[in-house]
Amino acid sequence: MIALDVNGKRHEVDVPPDMPLLWVVREVLGLTGTKFGCGLGQCGSCTVHIDGTAVRSCQTTASAAVGKKVTTIEGLSPAATHPLQVAWVNEQVPQCGYCQSGQLMSAAALLARTPKPTDADIDRAMQGNVCRCGTYQRIRRAIHRAAGA
Amino acid sequence: MAPSSTLFPSTLSRRTFLRTATAAGGGLMIGTYLPFGGETAAQIDALAAGTFEPNVWIRIGADDSVRIMLSMLEMGQGVMTAMPMLVAEELDVDWNKVVTEWAPADRRYGNPNFGGSQTTAGSNSTRGMWKVLRNAGASGRAMLVTAAARTWNVAEDTLSTDKGEVVHAASGRRLRYGALVDTAASLPVPATVTLKDPKAFRLLGQSLARFDIPQKVAGQAEFGVDVTRPGMLVARVVRCPVFGGKVASVNADKAKAVPGVRQVVQISTGIAVVADGYWAASKGVQALEIKWDEGALAGLNSADITKRFADLASRPGAIAREEGDADRALASAVRTVERVFEVPYLAHACMEPMNCTAEVTADRCDVWVPTQSQTATQAAAMAATGLPESKVFVHTSYLGGGFGRRGETDFVTDAVETAKAVGKPVKVMWSREDDIKHDYYRPVTYVRLWAALDAQGAPVAWKERLVQPSLLKRLQGSLDAMKGVDRISVDGAATLPYDIPNIRVEYTEADPGIPYGFWRSVGNSVNGYVTEAFIDELAAEAKKDAYEFRRALLAKAPRQRAVLELAAEKSGWGRPLAAGRFRGIAVHECFGSIIGQVTEVSVSAAGAVRVHKVTCVVDCGWVVNPDTIKAQMEGGILYGLTAALKGEITIKDGRVVQSHFGDYPPMRINEAPETEVFIVPSTEAPGGIGEPSTAVAAGSLVNAIYAATGKRIYRLPIRPEQLRQGTA
Repeated sequence: MIALDVNGKRHEVDVPPDMPLLWVVREVLGLTGTKFGCGLGQCGSCTVHIDGTAVRSCQTTASAAVGKKVTTIEGLSPAATHPLQVAWVNEQVPQCGYCQSGQLMSAAALLARTPKPTDADIDRAMQGNVCRCGTYQRIRRAIHRAAGA
Repeated sequence: MAPSSTLFPSTLSRRTFLRTATAAGGGLMIGTYLPFGGETAAQIDALAAGTFEPNVWIRIGADDSVRIMLSMLEMGQGVMTAMPMLVAEELDVDWNKVVTEWAPADRRYGNPNFGGSQTTAGSNSTRGMWKVLRNAGASGRAMLVTAAARTWNVAEDTLSTDKGEVVHAASGRRLRYGALVDTAASLPVPATVTLKDPKAFRLLGQSLARFDIPQKVAGQAEFGVDVTRPGMLVARVVRCPVFGGKVASVNADKAKAVPGVRQVVQISTGIAVVADGYWAASKGVQALEIKWDEGALAGLNSADITKRFADLASRPGAIAREEGDADRALASAVRTVERVFEVPYLAHACMEPMNCTAEVTADRCDVWVPTQSQTATQAAAMAATGLPESKVFVHTSYLGGGFGRRGETDFVTDAVETAKAVGKPVKVMWSREDDIKHDYYRPVTYVRLWAALDAQGAPVAWKERLVQPSLLKRLQGSLDAMKGVDRISVDGAATLPYDIPNIRVEYTEADPGIPYGFWRSVGNSVNGYVTEAFIDELAAEAKKDAYEFRRALLAKAPRQRAVLELAAEKSGWGRPLAAGRFRGIAVHECFGSIIGQVTEVSVSAAGAVRVHKVTCVVDCGWVVNPDTIKAQMEGGILYGLTAALKGEITIKDGRVVQSHFGDYPPMRINEAPETEVFIVPSTEAPGGIGEPSTAVAAGSLVNAIYAATGKRIYRLPIRPEQLRQGTA
């Protein structure tokens, strides 16, 4: 049994210690907002926070998350009210939407450490998150909006 | 959801059914909305009381609720909002009261542009459905007006409607639609209705917020990959890496020994490893020992395909368009230009890898799938189970990208066959590598172009010869009825808008055996590039400005010319740019829309291309939702730029070389240009918006690169080594 703290709740899960956190979250805990896009850490769809830092949950084993606070898109805010989520709606960012949980989690980690990011800050923090629909321009605008720029 | 055919026998006419149902009591119910089917007639009658259903699209409740059915599927292009806007505009309801529901696989929800198939592709949702949906709304509104006229005993032409109410202006009386449902339900459906004058539109033309976005930012939107069923297992399917190859033998002992792996079964598409979850299934896949019979393509390489296509391009093809005598004009011209263009196979690389969930019993098959075609999904499941249409139930979800890939059904076959074999609900999930290596690729294409210029530099002849695998042949089995021409392949080539006296467009079909399919903008993904790159080269050859040269040739194509002019104006064409930056221009019509783009680039000494800005002008007729159009332009441009700058699937020994986002790289936020979109006001019929901007991206890009470096790009993707020692 592995004990995990996900979105402020403690879970005991019976999984192999090398199972990626992604599959624990999605298939064991049923939190499907975190997406599988590549399984190789190349696309960012699976981004979650561990102790506030954005990580690729497909490249993070369940055992590596023990004793740490895991936050998924479902735990980012009560009722999807994080300033970024509000900005994402206002800017009508998502198209297919599949990558957007990961985009939001990367952006939230960025704003937590850099409340007023520059375009260069956004480029650095967000280039690990792929969007095939091409919503990057709106993502950039929404981050600036959420930052109150 | 139950196909209504089980509840609404086709022998019973709709009108008869309406009368019967109404006579039976209260409101109407056609039975298309219940989830998952199996409800009894009594349950349906109970739910039906106090509702008005003028047709399969609309249900209005006594509580004023408005439910509009969705047939076209949501993959990011905004149909979930745009389609009900078309209904609500004519129905004249309060938009805030509208809720939507996915239609089941049922031919009454079909798209006329696909012969009634429920397929979301070809930028055909608005184009194919607008008349159907506006008529549906207008028909419902007319019946509600008649119901109010009878209630008040006044003439219908003294009544109007306003956001879900019928209004009698003379007396100031108003009746909510909800209060009229029973009366309206007793009326016959009008044979004809009058649609609104576009000047009276209240919803169409507004950037209404999309219905799907709140769920998508909360992580609550259900994609196919998120589907779960009681007792469900997760499977991965291993296919032969060589196209056309088969399993020779398999030793699954080690795979079965992996904790969590339940079964290993052979299906028609490969070997399915069925497990408790994706991780265990993947470990099982790694432990499989399979010997493949690699088949006839095991020796095939990309270079072989190019050589074969080049050889085919040395001979005339089937004639797709002929005006004047291009060969004669070329033979006698003072100046001729001849070029070869090549584009590679391309994968779609949707963010959500292919997947499908199926549950199969002796007399029923349920499929949950992110698909672009409920109809094709149902047919694939019927083929895999032997069950009739009435026993196959298709449940749709959001699509994590489509781009043409999800019109295929290989993943449906995987899931249905696996679920049938193991007797449990199974979700088949593809890995990213499966997705890149087993796509239906944008076909590789080899194009020769010839042109002749007169002494003043005006083009007097244009000839294009295109060698490409045929999508139409894939769909129809033969091109004989089309005299060897695939209209999909030559789309955007045979429709060249420039006024040139001698034009000849030829097509030659060739199929190397690699699976190919529909890829965002399809034939135009090639022709939007090659025609606009070549016309740009002719402009330079004539020593004319690239914009003015095109404009002079568009005198007989006023919509194209207006788009081109606006693109030039909005981009500041001809005005100075920041040091090291250069512009390229292109204009192209496809899917009923016209796009003009001006792309601004710089090229480093090392040959790296940076796209700074794309100005996009679109004329897509009258507009449903402007912000959705802008979003599609922005996204389509990036999809096209990604392909032009990075996209290539190569074949080695009959298999795909690339396998993930490392070697099939997408554009990322730090590389993405600013995109500015302008919509031309128009009263023309609506054109498509999902694909056209993709078709134009490469053309305006390579023309900008030429402006920056003096180098023409004849082969995609663009390689930095082609452009070394460019501008700083």
